[in-house]
Amino acid sequence: MNRAQIFEKVQEIFRDIFDDQSLNINDATNSDHIDDWDSLNHINLVVSIEKEFNIKFNFNELSGLKDVGAMIDLIVEKIEK
Amino acid sequence: MITSLTYPFDISIILRKKKAIKRELLLKSPQTAINVAILGGSTTDEMKNILELFLLNNGFLPNFYQSEYNKFYEDAVFDNEELSLFKPDIILIHTSVVNITEYPRFSDNSEDVDQLLRIELRKFKTIWQSLAKYNCAIIQNNFDLPLNRSLGSLDCYDIHGKTFFISKLNLEFSNSAGEIKNLYINDINYLSASIGIKNWFDRNLWHSAKYAISFDSMPLYAHQVASIVKAIVGGPKKCLVLDLDNTCWGGIIGDDGLDGICLGNETAQGESFMYFQNYVKELKERGVILAVCSKNEHDLAKEGFLHPDSVLKFEDFTSFQANWEPKSENIKKIADQINIGLDSLVFIDDNSVEREIVSSQLPVVSVPDAGSDVMNFVDHIEKNAYFEIVSLSNDDVNRNKFYQDNNARLEQESLFRSYDEFLISLGMVAEIKPFSSLYIDRITQLINKTNQFNLTTKRYVIGEIEAISGDENYIKLYGKLTDKFGDNGLITILIGQIIDQACHLDLWLMSCRVLKRNMEFALLDRLVEECQKRGVTEIIGYYYRTPKNNMVAGFYKTMGFELVSTEGENSVWKLMVNSYKIKNNLIKIDNE
Repeated sequence: MNRAQIFEKVQEIFRDIFDDQSLNINDATNSDHIDDWDSLNHINLVVSIEKEFNIKFNFNELSGLKDVGAMIDLIVEKIEK
Repeated sequence: MITSLTYPFDISIILRKKKAIKRELLLKSPQTAINVAILGGSTTDEMKNILELFLLNNGFLPNFYQSEYNKFYEDAVFDNEELSLFKPDIILIHTSVVNITEYPRFSDNSEDVDQLLRIELRKFKTIWQSLAKYNCAIIQNNFDLPLNRSLGSLDCYDIHGKTFFISKLNLEFSNSAGEIKNLYINDINYLSASIGIKNWFDRNLWHSAKYAISFDSMPLYAHQVASIVKAIVGGPKKCLVLDLDNTCWGGIIGDDGLDGICLGNETAQGESFMYFQNYVKELKERGVILAVCSKNEHDLAKEGFLHPDSVLKFEDFTSFQANWEPKSENIKKIADQINIGLDSLVFIDDNSVEREIVSSQLPVVSVPDAGSDVMNFVDHIEKNAYFEIVSLSNDDVNRNKFYQDNNARLEQESLFRSYDEFLISLGMVAEIKPFSSLYIDRITQLINKTNQFNLTTKRYVIGEIEAISGDENYIKLYGKLTDKFGDNGLITILIGQIIDQACHLDLWLMSCRVLKRNMEFALLDRLVEECQKRGVTEIIGYYYRTPKNNMVAGFYKTMGFELVSTEGENSVWKLMVNSYKIKNNLIKIDNE
């Protein structure tokens, strides 16, 4: 799976979690851009990403992530391992 | 039906699309509003969101109160204006192993350990006592086992062991629930074991966000809570309808014959069918009505239950429809014959086409997607909690006898020249009395599950019934009916509130198994008598239309009330007490 394919799947997850099928994210999207992106929904994102890609994060790894780009980089790294 | 919320539950979809699922559920109407207070010993937000889905799916429109993080004790025990104003119908005490204050130390002696146990138990008993003032149902989690136990297996029987300590606490919780009327245990000890403690508790999630249950377990937890709520307020399904070939036994009785069907301990498959039959028999013994709906020749189908290894017998089924009519028609016949609503039926069939026909023709019948393997049928029945109950009354255990007695009555009926003659022959004896503590459970249970013969369909929790039972401003009567075929148990309830010189009937209901027996006349006689004693001059009856209580739309008219007003399909009726004439002359009243 290449980065673009991963990005597509992550976008779907964002749309489901925030219940907005027109939501478009990019690498620079962060919690300032999405109203509902609070700490609780952050966990929701993480859990759904873990399930989708069959990977496990430790929460320290993810709480440090500042935007979508960094999130996807970490997914790429985990999948390649 | 929302598939992801039905067993085996699509957990990924629930977690990811819960907002969309909620929107879809909110389109369905009508919903019963219910106030649920969650007093948490850990983070509750996400659990609340998922619980909301399952409650909506069960026909409730929940409104939530959540305590601040880990403030379950303070919220319960100290004055709490916000919670009082919220008027909870249900309080969920969402605690678990992380909320145990202190475990035994290795230096403790057995008295120290007992003392610790008492202290921990007192904490919860104080909570339950303090919450009693809300007169609502309290759902209390028992304890899951901890992830780690440094003593290994010894931990479960050495007095210093954590798992031993927790097991004792859980036993005390169970005993308390037996003593305290409003207290119901949510068995997370069982749930976590069935999920596996390692999957149930996510340390990462606990350390970072203080969730004491993993996200993967939350839907199962929420479903279990919603099932208890449904059992308290809504009532269970009543009848399990079974197909025969490849559902109750392996093979086709019509082709393979009695000797050819697969049932019994000789083969793995035969044993699976027996396991299923044993489970069904157990359901029957605790009050679930059984019926057969099968495409078969009636006599051949019946013969299957003569198999020496058949746990179920022909007599276990209250309705037996084996013929070549469409199954949806037969299921309607079953509901008519037993005299219950179609929405009280659960249908199990190994054939997906038959399931599809029934669920498309009769969408209110519960048809789980049980597959074709008998190994999975029990889970589809149990994990959807169709028949979940919160108390086991004698009436539940005897109910099947009632329905069988009823069939004997039906057979008798045709032998008499007039219906009155038949009724007289029944030798009916009724007991009609004000509520007493002995029957509070049964009264509450009947109130919350009766849909057809129910004028207002007002629901009450047990605390409200206790309060009314001691309140002089209410006339509150129950009726029991016995006849020569058996004891029908407590089958009718009436609650009237006295305001000035009028008695307003908040509730009048009767179990359909005593329809057309004149019991309503006997009850009205007694109501009038009670009114006269209290100087009440008029009785005001209310009919509130629901999708199910059409049968009593004209009830007050039949009983001699005059129409006062109508609003839409609802109506108000009036009866003057002084011109009343006794109506019952067929049922003997014995209140001794």
